[in-house]
Amino acid sequence: MKLSEIASALELKPIAGADGMNREVNGCYIGDLMSLAMSNLEEGNLWITIQTNLNVIAVSALKEAGGVILADAMTPDANAAEKADEEEIPVFSSPLSAYQLAKRLAELGL
Amino acid sequence: MSNSMVFRYDVDGDDFTLAGEISSKVKKRLKQLGLPPETIRKVAIAMYEAEINMVIHANGGTITVEVSPETIHIIFADRGPGIPDIDKAMEEGFSTASHEVRELGFGAGMGLPNIKKNSDKMTIDTKVGEGTTIELWMEVC
Ligand SMILES: Nc1ncnc2c1ncn2[C@@H]1O[C@H](COP(=O)(O)OP(=O)(O)OP(=O)(O)O)[C@@H](O)[C@H]1O
Ligand SMILES: [Mg+2]
Repeated sequence: MKLSEIASALELKPIAGADGMNREVNGCYIGDLMSLAMSNLEEGNLWITIQTNLNVIAVSALKEAGGVILADAMTPDANAAEKADEEEIPVFSSPLSAYQLAKRLAELGL
Repeated sequence: MSNSMVFRYDVDGDDFTLAGEISSKVKKRLKQLGLPPETIRKVAIAMYEAEINMVIHANGGTITVEVSPETIHIIFADRGPGIPDIDKAMEEGFSTASHEVRELGFGAGMGLPNIKKNSDKMTIDTKVGEGTTIELWMEVC
């Protein structure tokens, strides 16, 4: 499924990494611990988290995540947003909770 | 050994918000060298975990990556506090991470297990008060 379609359907606010926006995503991982994401996040997955620091982008880039949604209206730290642009990792913010986001993603058929 | 390449990096221990830099550099290099994606994935996971550990538990150190056509050999050396009980440290869920780094999403106690899972061979040489050297070997698959 196209990331841009998901972004508009869920009214996600794009924050950084716009160059990666045309990507396809294939699933979703939810979590806030880096080593768990490192082992469970799969290539092409959307990652829903409330962590806002640079390591979210580092892990996303190393695991080739499709994009990051910051739940509960979180926004990335300045250096994380910068790194997301550099690594072309799309980062969005949403006022919805991780649960609500996941529900909407499932309804969309992801 | 004529076909092997060696890369060395210093890991800064001051700023754990910057961690992951070396892993990301090495991943890009291995991609340029045309290594198989599965090998690169394993190296990226193991290197990130070991690099972060050096920063959050040992105040930095050095990483040496030796790439040959058959094997990737990585050495992480630090002069940190050492690991008093290696078996315990290797257990899933064991962590001594500070409150400060837990807030950043570290401290699941899954780093060393992830490293082991993603390498073909792993050795840990450590002495309390002197430091830790972790060596990994990954076969190029
Ligand atoms: N280089 C090191 N120097 C000293 N102690 C270390 C080092 N690496 C790991 N340890 C010790 O081993 C424990 C387990 O490490 P591991 O990477 O598995 O978990 P963690 O770093 O605490 O959490 P996570 O990696 O899941 O974020 C650490 O909490 C720490 O006590
Ligand atoms: Mg760790």
